[in-house]
Amino acid sequence: MLKIKNLHASIEGKDILNGINLEIKPGEVHAIMGPNGSGKSTLASVLAGREEYEVTDGEIEYLGKDLLDLSPEDRAREGVFLAFQYPVEIPGVSTTNFLKTAINQIREYRGQEPLDAVSFLTTMKEKMKLVEIDQALLSRSLNEGFSGGEKKRNEIFQMAMLEPKLSILDETDSGLDIDALRIVANGVNKLKTSETSTIVVTHYQRLLDYIVPDFVHVLYKGKIVKSGDKNLALELEEKGYDWIKEEVDTATA
Amino acid sequence: MSKDNEILEQFTSKEYEHGWNIDLEADQAPKGLSEEIIHFISAKKEEPQWLLDWRLKAYRAWTKMEEPDWANVKFPKINYQDIIYYSAPKQKVKPKSLDEIDPELLDTFKKLGISLEEQKRLTGVAVDAVLDSVSVATTFKDKLGELGIIFCSFSEAVKEHPELVKKYLGSVVPQGDNYFSALNSAVFTDGSFCYIPKGVRCPMELSTYFRINAANTGQFERTLIVAEEGSYVSYLEGCTAPQRDENQLHAAVVEIYVQKDAEVKYSTVQNWYPGDKNGKGGIYNFVTKRGICAGDNAKLSWTQVETGSSVTWKYPSCILKGDNSTGEFYSVAVTNNMQQADTGTKMIHIGKNTKSRIVSKGVSAGKSQNSYRGQVKVMKRAEGARNFSQCDSLLMGDQCGAHTFPYIDVENKSAQVEHEATTSKIGEDQIFYCTQRGIDEESAIALIVNGYCKEVLNQLPMEFAVEAQKLLALTLEGSVG
Repeated sequence: MLKIKNLHASIEGKDILNGINLEIKPGEVHAIMGPNGSGKSTLASVLAGREEYEVTDGEIEYLGKDLLDLSPEDRAREGVFLAFQYPVEIPGVSTTNFLKTAINQIREYRGQEPLDAVSFLTTMKEKMKLVEIDQALLSRSLNEGFSGGEKKRNEIFQMAMLEPKLSILDETDSGLDIDALRIVANGVNKLKTSETSTIVVTHYQRLLDYIVPDFVHVLYKGKIVKSGDKNLALELEEKGYDWIKEEVDTATA
Repeated sequence: MSKDNEILEQFTSKEYEHGWNIDLEADQAPKGLSEEIIHFISAKKEEPQWLLDWRLKAYRAWTKMEEPDWANVKFPKINYQDIIYYSAPKQKVKPKSLDEIDPELLDTFKKLGISLEEQKRLTGVAVDAVLDSVSVATTFKDKLGELGIIFCSFSEAVKEHPELVKKYLGSVVPQGDNYFSALNSAVFTDGSFCYIPKGVRCPMELSTYFRINAANTGQFERTLIVAEEGSYVSYLEGCTAPQRDENQLHAAVVEIYVQKDAEVKYSTVQNWYPGDKNGKGGIYNFVTKRGICAGDNAKLSWTQVETGSSVTWKYPSCILKGDNSTGEFYSVAVTNNMQQADTGTKMIHIGKNTKSRIVSKGVSAGKSQNSYRGQVKVMKRAEGARNFSQCDSLLMGDQCGAHTFPYIDVENKSAQVEHEATTSKIGEDQIFYCTQRGIDEESAIALIVNGYCKEVLNQLPMEFAVEAQKLLALTLEGSVG
């Protein structure tokens, strides 16, 4: 699905990613953890194609294509989805309208006819149940005046509607209470298939109680410094990041 | 009119009888403006004496006025003696099919979603007999006629309903009101007249009909709408399709007279040629639009979508004279490249408990300048008057300008006047959020801008709202990147 080789990226001349190597196969869930400022969100942004970040070295292969060659919208149309840490407000544009525009552009890219209103509504009703989202919320201006939980649920709802192949959840757990966390995680789990992959970027282990990862990677100073299975996350929860930092810093000193 | 004036006017018109040296058979007047030219126009249009006098009065007022310069716009000085003020509608050779039309224009039509039939009409292609616009227009006219609604060209109204025209012409915008309205009053060639009798609710948007007739309106257009007691009409002027014209200066006047318990909704979509990327060749659109809520409980609502012209200068206004009368102004003004717009409204509260609402949305891109200028005036006897103004500006890029000039003048202590203003930029974040969902950048901007303008677009008649949305997207094409 995704092969990241020796990825280096910077923003405004400052190096953030310093050689990431990662391979993700269909059906796998990978958690990316790490202390603040380690480059977790940068990795998510670079994968989605955010222009402020400059890729200075390395390559990313996605479904046999050169991902870095694709515009952000083409990446989305090829099935890459980013659930934003801070979903953006768009006044006057309802989630429904927003998604209709997105879906029809994706369908056009794939050479399909636009979705008719009835099929769109049917799909919407069905996916709404997944994240226990209310119709009224979808008619409101996108993310405007939404609570933290509503924003994140809306992200997962969009994910459900767009049916991506590779989903990147960027700190989706931040700002969620325990009930909202459960709802969001349930949604993600229900959407999982043997064909789709998920990258969960998170600071804390608690989300991983619900979305169980196949692999856990620790990012520090722009590199993956440790990988393991779900037990690594538990270990981090217990011991914090300091022991890893020490390990790395002694090794490179 | 005083006796002296009467004599003076007789004298002046008499002089022209002898001094006539313009060939009345000519299809167009020679360049320049003089009393002689006004006689020529009036004679060409076979107008009654009173209208000629009315025009001359306007002309004389105009000669004593100076072109105003307070608007936040810059353009080269207009040479009023270099303009042809009358030119007979030409019988052009009609193209036989759309294949003969400029493909770029057709492409724009397609993007706007304008039907094939409409495309043919706009480009002057001869249409099938069944769909001939004239017959369609006649059908509408019969239907309206049954209700006593008069809807015709201004020239026709002068001939068929002189008493109504004489009564209301200049009643809201007097000849000497301002420089451009005086000019218009002197030389206007045609326009529209609409009269809704007492208690009649016009059953259709007067848009469809108007659009059929919109093709050959001149550069000095005159519109007069009268809504009698308890009547209602929704009137739509303009067209989303791009309109080109060899005349650079457009100075139209629109007057609306709203009687007791009547309601008029006036919507405009203006898409005159804005000039090229450097602003060359665009239209100057200097319009005077004003309505009066003359009777109690009258309501007048202006909605405008301004995307065209290189220079726009207009303030659709409401005089709220009747008690409990309401005035509304909803505006979207989009400027791109070198366009300049100075637009807004005036709400003059005279009657008790009068209400007004202003919602203005400016969008500036490229190197354009976009100004909102609005006045809210509450007169002494306007007990309990209320106004709410919301003026938002949206900037795209860092080379354009957005300006707000609100004037508030309150003479009654019980009045409540609220003004809110915001300025924002389309954020990279917003665009990225859209592109990450598979929406390309142009569509993302269109989506964001349309969302921002939604409150105003919602005021437009349904089918026009859809076209207007596409128009906004087209206007801003290429403005980012």
